[in-house]
Amino acid sequence: MAEAKHPEDEDGVQIDLISAERMSDKTTMEKIRLILDGVREGKIVILEAGLTPDEESRLIEVTMTEISPDEFNGIEIETYPKSQADDSSLLGRLMGREETKKLTVIGPANQIETLHKDETLISALVSRK
Amino acid sequence: MGLLTDLKDSISRAASTLFSGEDPKRIGIYGPPNAGKTTLANRIARDWTGDAVGPESHIPHETRRARRKENVEIERDGKKVTIDIVDTPGVTTKVDYTEFLEHDMEKDDAVRRSREATEGVAEAMHWLREDVDGVIYVLDSTEDPFTQVNTMLIGIIESQDLPVLILANKIDLEESSVQRIRNAFPQHETTPLSALEGDNMDELYDKIAEYFG
Repeated sequence: MAEAKHPEDEDGVQIDLISAERMSDKTTMEKIRLILDGVREGKIVILEAGLTPDEESRLIEVTMTEISPDEFNGIEIETYPKSQADDSSLLGRLMGREETKKLTVIGPANQIETLHKDETLISALVSRK
Repeated sequence: MGLLTDLKDSISRAASTLFSGEDPKRIGIYGPPNAGKTTLANRIARDWTGDAVGPESHIPHETRRARRKENVEIERDGKKVTIDIVDTPGVTTKVDYTEFLEHDMEKDDAVRRSREATEGVAEAMHWLREDVDGVIYVLDSTEDPFTQVNTMLIGIIESQDLPVLILANKIDLEESSVQRIRNAFPQHETTPLSALEGDNMDELYDKIAEYFG
């Protein structure tokens, strides 16, 4: 695979769309590192399949440990709220095998601003640093 | 085999969380910064023990360590429910020390506060995964509940089969909208209240006995 150009060399914002397949065999920490390393370089990371609740919890925890004044303020992350009509989620949850396939957008907190969010629409403004 | 075992384990865990045991249940008070978590924790603690849990402030991230008030005995209909209240730091995915400068804070203090706040959020997440038996989720009813932190935290709580009570706090304020919170989380019951004014606390104690007793 060709080496991606570093976003700081360019005039725009780099967006990485990561497929569910690429994430599927990664451990929780590998996923978190992939996300945070990208975001800390100023990239917007879009996950086709999102993260499980446990992975989201650990992402928040690791993000907090990496926040550093004047360097990294944390992340902005957006997914849709869980569908209320999805009856299978209760059974899935009961069996500990909940599917989370929710498109998820993650970026540096100082570069993404959520303009609007509801059950079916997320509207965000992405800016350069 | 694995599927049936999973199902059995999951049901027994949920049942034991909800119904069993004489030990005090550890009930985490969670929510975004400035929702009124500490005001609520103090209100509950003062009502039943006479003591407060911690200082309250309008500046975000006043609570930067999880604080526990043990053996809070709540009496409902002649029955006692004993809980440990865990007041947790407000959860967020970002902390910018420059926001504290707007509250007349010097840079050194703001940086220290932000560092403590990040440690506090990490600690709160750890408590949620490992150490609480139920959750009181506090939302400011004057604010939009459709935020990512709320969506994620409710998802995390649900994934662990923890019983959760959602509170629409600050109903004493004119801009309050309880319905907006009900619409955001229709799968859960929402209890309106004002922790500051003490409005509707009786209903909350009924719910605590029902959910965590």
